[in-house]
Amino acid sequence: MSTSGIGQSVRRVEDIRFITGNGNYTDDISRPGQTYAFFVRSPHAHATIKSINTKTAAAAPGVVGILTGKELAADKIGGLICGWMIHSKDGSPMKAGAHPALAVDKVRYVGDHVAVVIAETLNQARDAAELVEVEYDVHAATVDTATAAKPGQPQVHAEAPNNTVYNWHIGEKDATDAAFAKAAHVTKIDLINNRLVPNAMEPRAAIGDYDRGTGTYTLFTTSQNPHVARLVLSAFIGIAPENKLRVIAPDVGGGFGSKIFIYAEETVCIWASKKVRRPVKWVCDRTEAFLCDAHGRDHVTHAEAAIDASGKITGVRVKTTANLGAYLSTFASSVPTYLYAPLLSGQYNIPNIYCEVDGVYTNTAPVDAYRGAGRPEATFVIERLVEVAARELGRDPAEFRMHNFITTFPHQTPVIMAYDTGDYGASMKMALDMADYKGFAARKAASAKAGKLRGVGFSAYIEACGIAPSKAVGSLGAGVGLWESAEVRVNPVGTVEVLTGSHSHGQGHETTFAQLVSHRLGIPIEQVTIVHGDTDKVQMGMGTYGSRSGAVGMSAIQKALEKVIKKATTVAAAVMEVPEDTIDFNDGIFEARGTNKKMAFGEVALQAYVAHKFDSEKIEPGLKEGAFYDPKNFTFPSGVHIAEVEIDPETGITKVEKWTAVDDFGTLINPMIVEGQVHGGIAQGIGQAMLEGTVYDKSGQLVTASFMDYCMPRAHDLPSFNVGMTTTPCTTNPLGIKGCGEAGAIAAPAALINAITNALGHENIAMPATPQAVWQAAKSSPHKIAAE
Amino acid sequence: MTAVTMLVNGKSVTADVEPRTLLVQFIRDHQQLTGTHVGCDTSQCGACVVHVDGKAIKSCTTLALSCDGAQVTTIEGVGTETDLHPMQAAFREHHGLQCGFCTPGMIMTSIDIVRRKGTNLDEATIRAELEGNICRCTGYHNIVKAVAAGAQAMGATTKQAAE
Repeated sequence: MSTSGIGQSVRRVEDIRFITGNGNYTDDISRPGQTYAFFVRSPHAHATIKSINTKTAAAAPGVVGILTGKELAADKIGGLICGWMIHSKDGSPMKAGAHPALAVDKVRYVGDHVAVVIAETLNQARDAAELVEVEYDVHAATVDTATAAKPGQPQVHAEAPNNTVYNWHIGEKDATDAAFAKAAHVTKIDLINNRLVPNAMEPRAAIGDYDRGTGTYTLFTTSQNPHVARLVLSAFIGIAPENKLRVIAPDVGGGFGSKIFIYAEETVCIWASKKVRRPVKWVCDRTEAFLCDAHGRDHVTHAEAAIDASGKITGVRVKTTANLGAYLSTFASSVPTYLYAPLLSGQYNIPNIYCEVDGVYTNTAPVDAYRGAGRPEATFVIERLVEVAARELGRDPAEFRMHNFITTFPHQTPVIMAYDTGDYGASMKMALDMADYKGFAARKAASAKAGKLRGVGFSAYIEACGIAPSKAVGSLGAGVGLWESAEVRVNPVGTVEVLTGSHSHGQGHETTFAQLVSHRLGIPIEQVTIVHGDTDKVQMGMGTYGSRSGAVGMSAIQKALEKVIKKATTVAAAVMEVPEDTIDFNDGIFEARGTNKKMAFGEVALQAYVAHKFDSEKIEPGLKEGAFYDPKNFTFPSGVHIAEVEIDPETGITKVEKWTAVDDFGTLINPMIVEGQVHGGIAQGIGQAMLEGTVYDKSGQLVTASFMDYCMPRAHDLPSFNVGMTTTPCTTNPLGIKGCGEAGAIAAPAALINAITNALGHENIAMPATPQAVWQAAKSSPHKIAAE
Repeated sequence: MTAVTMLVNGKSVTADVEPRTLLVQFIRDHQQLTGTHVGCDTSQCGACVVHVDGKAIKSCTTLALSCDGAQVTTIEGVGTETDLHPMQAAFREHHGLQCGFCTPGMIMTSIDIVRRKGTNLDEATIRAELEGNICRCTGYHNIVKAVAAGAQAMGATTKQAAE
């Protein structure tokens, strides 16, 4: 077997540049004559702009230009868009207010964009921004998710009465209510899914560069999907037609969803580069990132489960209020609806599900997809519900889950999704062994002796990845198709470039995608280069998010590779003068059955370009093929995570003693990289459950706007992780890949809160379960009282 | 403007800078050494760690003028693509990086940990010593493995050199 093919933990191709300081991130790029942008931002959560006076600022040293919403509107630059239409229960379209890149009359959250100052140096731009005088008429703000839609709250947008963007629902209400009427037991919980700030380590950045000679714009930007950025900037915002707009997303330092979206700053930089006739560079500082990157989660939920006398879940009923922030970000509307509620069946055979979601505006930063996007929220609901139900019924939480697992596939849930394959029992059994669940009682007793509270918690998650069949998402309101493209260019000497519409910002595509090519073409990985992130090189693509690059992006590459092999077979047959159907292609060799004739892949490539030995009337010279792959279904990665914690009731400190993760991602291309994705996801999930919380005060000021106030997971907060894999290959894509990028973040919060509540002996704790919160909660722990 | 002179990666460099210029700005903007990154501006994340006179410091909150006459080593001065430092090699071998943005600072801190704590590092020590470096991608699991292995390799290299 090849040492660089599918299934091998190949060391990453991209690492050499990163470990030597030779990465090429947006802030590392400088354009000749570039200027620097600094944004004047609203210090108020909700205010009317009475006047903007830029006179003094404009006269400050080094200032090249100051632009406001007025100039933007005069140039007919359109507002930022939300690309997914959601309809309310009554059939009416969602109610959205305008989202200009620079505010015109009103500001709606702290950090909202009022003006941009462009100067010769960053310090000069920053200094001059201090001199821009903005007069505000300050209004009361709507901040709280749960009460935002109540009558009498300050209105964020006139277009959305009671701050309500939509009242959406899914599932059969009557059938679900009937299941509850017949239930032997009903479990009810109230949950808050805490608001998070994604905090990729590389802050966002942009350089807009207008070439007056050709009338072409180039935008260097920190994007997970440069082609979508070009499409939106061109077709909706109206910067320039696509053929005059190039978007380059070079090395990108993490995304986690926050770099999917088309933001105000990038839009302003590209537009301003023509206005000031110089390249314009903007680099976000960390506090700006806290204020203005799209946040994640922020749900308030009531959930109920109906359970029959045998312990089978017969119905789930959920009511969620989702905070969408002050404006609808690019995919904001879809996250708490179609990316959330269709996952509420979890791994369980639940015949009736009904979910209502109210999307609300508040005077806070826009909320959109963050690692997992809707699916962590769904998993938190169903896995807390199932855990609490098991406790109320006095059943072992692992056994209760297995009692309700789906065991036959394909399985159609009552909320859209058709799971193709899985073996949930296998993951659970492996996880129980790896976690030594049998030994837990003894460990708990030992902890109790030492005055500590020990708990164990499960999370049997499911997610929908590989977003998504274009026609299906179109019918649900998506404004785009969600296929992926690939182009395989074989060079005359047999080296290969693959152009992909996926984008790598930490995932290691330059390695995993090359492994696929190496595997299929039988050539060394060193002969393969992956090209991505430049709209002038890659024709079109939908980018990387929703764990789609393996399932969709690599399927497109696979499809193009098959075309390349077919064409190469035709060339080889002509050159060897044998019938095409006698040729086999294995390990990089085209061999004519029953003869001693064979040609290596590189020889065939050369012959394809030399074109001396075949009739070019019948066979086109060259060897290059492209493909667009549209998935047939979502993919359904699943798994079981088991968290074991020990709480010191005297300090409230929760120590994560053990973390077991068993995941089924289908086919693994590079197990090392897959495990790395799992580790990172778990860390973000633990962060959500124990450390991270975004706090706005009543006036809408962001209290947690730096790493000194917002608790990011650090090395000493986390344990090492015990990761195992089971495999049921996906049946709906050619490689059997399900996707692994978000699993950890989806699974972890429920596992950890289930462990903490198990240790405490009651359910009264919210995320983040900080030491202070745990210390408070431990005071009413029956276990602690027993210990005393 | 004030003149400042430093020995950066063994090369003497002089520049006229505004007094408020930060060391990281001097390194990135004046010396075009872009391997050192800015992740938080507040000394929290460690993406900007460089060595000044052999000790790890955070260059995002250090004034360039305060380093006049100092020896500064950045990630570019640690090893090259054809001659990796053992700690750089360990990060690659153990998949201690994903997006790569925090990596230069992680490597610079890790080399400093070895200087202070020796080449036999246990997990608890490594996790405690990485307190000032944030990674959002890896969950630290593989970074911890990389630092332990890199430290061992540094020990072996020193031993070899001594023999």
